[in-house]
Amino acid sequence: MSKTFKLDGREIPFETGQTIMDAALAAGVYIPHLCHNPELAPHGSCRVCLVDIGERQVSACTAAASEGMEVDSSSETIQATRRAILQMLFVEGNHVCPACEKSGACQLQAVAYYTGMLAPHFTHFFPRRPVDASHPDVVIDFNRCILCELCVRASRDHDGKRVFAISGRGLESHLVIDSPSGLLGDSCFAAADKAAHVCPTGAILPKGRGYETPIGERLYDREPISIVGDVRAHEEEVV
Amino acid sequence: MAEKPRVATVSLCGCFGCHMSLLDIDERILDLVDLVTFDRTPLTDIKTLGDCDLGLIEGGVANAENVEVLLEFRRRCKVLVAFGACAVNGGIPAMRNQFSLAECLRESYCDGIGVHNPGIPNDPEIPLLLNQVHPIHEVVAIDYVLPGCPPSADTIWTFLTEFLEGKPIAFSYTQIHFD
Repeated sequence: MSKTFKLDGREIPFETGQTIMDAALAAGVYIPHLCHNPELAPHGSCRVCLVDIGERQVSACTAAASEGMEVDSSSETIQATRRAILQMLFVEGNHVCPACEKSGACQLQAVAYYTGMLAPHFTHFFPRRPVDASHPDVVIDFNRCILCELCVRASRDHDGKRVFAISGRGLESHLVIDSPSGLLGDSCFAAADKAAHVCPTGAILPKGRGYETPIGERLYDREPISIVGDVRAHEEEVV
Repeated sequence: MAEKPRVATVSLCGCFGCHMSLLDIDERILDLVDLVTFDRTPLTDIKTLGDCDLGLIEGGVANAENVEVLLEFRRRCKVLVAFGACAVNGGIPAMRNQFSLAECLRESYCDGIGVHNPGIPNDPEIPLLLNQVHPIHEVVAIDYVLPGCPPSADTIWTFLTEFLEGKPIAFSYTQIHFD
């Protein structure tokens, strides 16, 4: 008989070694997340997937599931904390949704919709960040980077290239590119790399295919991410 | 009969798209004029602001006049609404925050393509630009938010009807969009 834990009152089966997120995804239960991708090692950095276990809040993507635990992922308190985390992500970058071609198929946006976020609430940082259009096939807009490190992990663990890394500390943290000039066009990055297809926001975008899907027909226009799932699962449809 | 609620609207640093979306409520605007009295708004072309129950602010805060108008709306409106993306987070105009004001002015009036008689305007009637464009919640307290660029007519209608009926505002999934 398999082991189970309770997630919002529902019994979720799991195997030893699985995280709360692994088991929830396998059971078809949505826990909001940005830096998690089941194909890559968990990172636990965005904290959007935080859940209550008794008195503690943990990230579901890194916390191991255990027999009989009771997990709360849907209380208003948890949703409010997630909203605050998302609002901080929005004001720390420059997320100009009306000017972004990933809009409508953006996981940051979709998770914000899911949590009921209507406004950024906090004071905007309006940081000055560059756009790197040096690569022939892919553009990087650092304004939209949320430091989830999915591209870092994909390039290192899947592509075997280590094109990306995070440099700096605290507010100075930023994505850097391994090339003599620091530009993507001078690196060994290729559009076929997995790292080119994991970004949950519009920070890494293919060139020459923008705005293909009309407003109203984009991935998250009609149905929430809790039903449609992550953008990576629809890569061919939306990119 | 009690006096109808007074509603004012204004466009600060925006493109007027949110007001166009308000007009997109189509024939329902006839119901709306039965329910409210419009005070200062581009729809009436009234230039002065009276005491109002509801103020809808389109656009962000980009110049000294925007600050004055916004402060007056906050003083005279019981409830203030950030109406659309520019009011909510600065929107497209805030993309100039990536550059210094001097760079923006030089590009617009001196170095830009097709500029004749280059020179930065300095007529005293032109409101002074702020160094950055700000969402309105960074200048005054706001009570409600209508996201979207622009918010759809249905989003606006949901807000107005539920607000006027004194109900909690509840948007459906398809009414919450940031773009």
